[in-house]
Amino acid sequence: MTNIFDMLQYPFAQHALIAATLIALTCGLVAPFVVMRDMAFAVHGTAELSFPSAVAGLLIASDAVSGALLGSLVVATAFALLGRRRSESNTAIGVVLAFGLGLGVFLLSFYNGFSSAATNILFGSLVSASTRDVMILGVLAVLVVITMVIIFRPLLFASVDPAVAIARGVPVRRLGLIFLLLLALTVTEAAQVVGTLLVLSLAITPAAAARRWTANPIVFTGLSVLFALVAADGGFLLSLALSDTDIKASVLISFVSFAIYLLSFAAERLRRDTRTAGVAAAT
Amino acid sequence: MNDSGADAPLIDFRGATLRLGGRTLWSDFELGVREGEFIAILGPNGAGKTTLLRALLGLQELSAGKVTVAGKKPSRGSSDVGYVPQQKIFDGDLGLRGRDLVALGADGHRFGRPWASNSVREATEAMIRAVGATSYADAPVGNLSGGEQQRLRIAQALMSDPKVLLCDEPLTSLDLRHQEGVLELLDERRRSAGTAVVMVTHEINPILPYVDRIIYLVGGNWAVGTPDEVLTTEQLSNLYGAPVDVLRVRGRVIVVGGGETPEQSHHCGPEMAVAQS
Repeated sequence: MTNIFDMLQYPFAQHALIAATLIALTCGLVAPFVVMRDMAFAVHGTAELSFPSAVAGLLIASDAVSGALLGSLVVATAFALLGRRRSESNTAIGVVLAFGLGLGVFLLSFYNGFSSAATNILFGSLVSASTRDVMILGVLAVLVVITMVIIFRPLLFASVDPAVAIARGVPVRRLGLIFLLLLALTVTEAAQVVGTLLVLSLAITPAAAARRWTANPIVFTGLSVLFALVAADGGFLLSLALSDTDIKASVLISFVSFAIYLLSFAAERLRRDTRTAGVAAAT
Repeated sequence: MNDSGADAPLIDFRGATLRLGGRTLWSDFELGVREGEFIAILGPNGAGKTTLLRALLGLQELSAGKVTVAGKKPSRGSSDVGYVPQQKIFDGDLGLRGRDLVALGADGHRFGRPWASNSVREATEAMIRAVGATSYADAPVGNLSGGEQQRLRIAQALMSDPKVLLCDEPLTSLDLRHQEGVLELLDERRRSAGTAVVMVTHEINPILPYVDRIIYLVGGNWAVGTPDEVLTTEQLSNLYGAPVDVLRVRGRVIVVGGGETPEQSHHCGPEMAVAQS
């Protein structure tokens, strides 16, 4: 065991903690809508597709982050244009995903730099976050949070009840596109921390856990942010404590995230059981 | 208020024609709906019943003629019109309570604040009480029965205090008791607030005690009138261009025949069984 507080004296650890916090904030905020709009596959697709564009960024400008960001925006727009209905868009995502992964591996074969740069894309590299990376993350987080707060209510309406939302004058299609772009930015950010392969543990699991506690959309979203923060920061601090063992932060983040989900699930069961027991006793 | 006087109809179709994909759904349609009137739209599938509602919502342009709602051309998002869409059961895991659904009817289109304002919350509470949904307003909507969800949808549609309430098949998949509950709710509203109710439906008999007039659409033809005027052998045979019999048995109306298959135009299976026994 290493002393976490000693470790936190290092700039790399501070950067990583700030990065984890920013990413958890945005992921926790979009996650409830990912669940409500049934977009788990889109998250997965955008995350995986930021892989080829990150590799391209690495090849062209030695900059995986910018490549991934640009790529995910292109991909999100492509999803939106290819499929309007949900089943259509799932198919479209599948089609683009298969090609994109192949392309990523293809591009990777031209890359002669550090091989860790490539695995970092897949599994996350929190500790390699530079000041510049943290700045970019900060700007993106502010952008995503402000936009989400502004569109929250119409987006909620459009997500749960599109037929009435259209009749009430909510720009349902445009909100769908805006959300897809926000999601792409968020997922690409998250991919920096937990890697493309583990993105779902920050962009879906916190909301799934939060839903076990409440159906109130505001509380639901608040809890989702809280759970994402606990998972990301907790997982990272745990990795500092276990830094002797060389376990990646992303792995611990996904473990903590899943543990919160299991606890929430068990708590829901427990509350339901006591309630039915109470009803049974009353009758 | 519309200052063209109390006599001006809330809904006014003048020579309205709608063609979709080369097919004429209805032409030269004329209708004036007064305050507090209860109107049912009947007809076989594909006759343009839902399209008529869409025209009133400003989601569908007419091919010819004109329509006004409360004296204005229909436009999306108008608070003069409330809308209860064809029932889609909410997913059981949806993170939304009954009261959130209702509140969205008041301010769901507003950008800027994630939560409902105090005044919206109070109005929501009052509306939930008015439709008798207090006991389940805090439950996740996906866990509620079809009848309970329908009550909340009506409450949601009434949140903008509309002059016209449009309902698309609000009785489908409800049992008789809940059908009556929903109809009483709509009836109460039009009597107390003067809201005109226009309802697309397949069920004839449950609505007969409540409706003032019927719009009957069949393959480009239409008829408007009281149930006694429209639901006659002569009138319906005329509309369908084929022999149709309208029988009245123990206060129930049974339509037999009517184009390809009568079941397509009405749920008259049980009624036909009654007629034969």
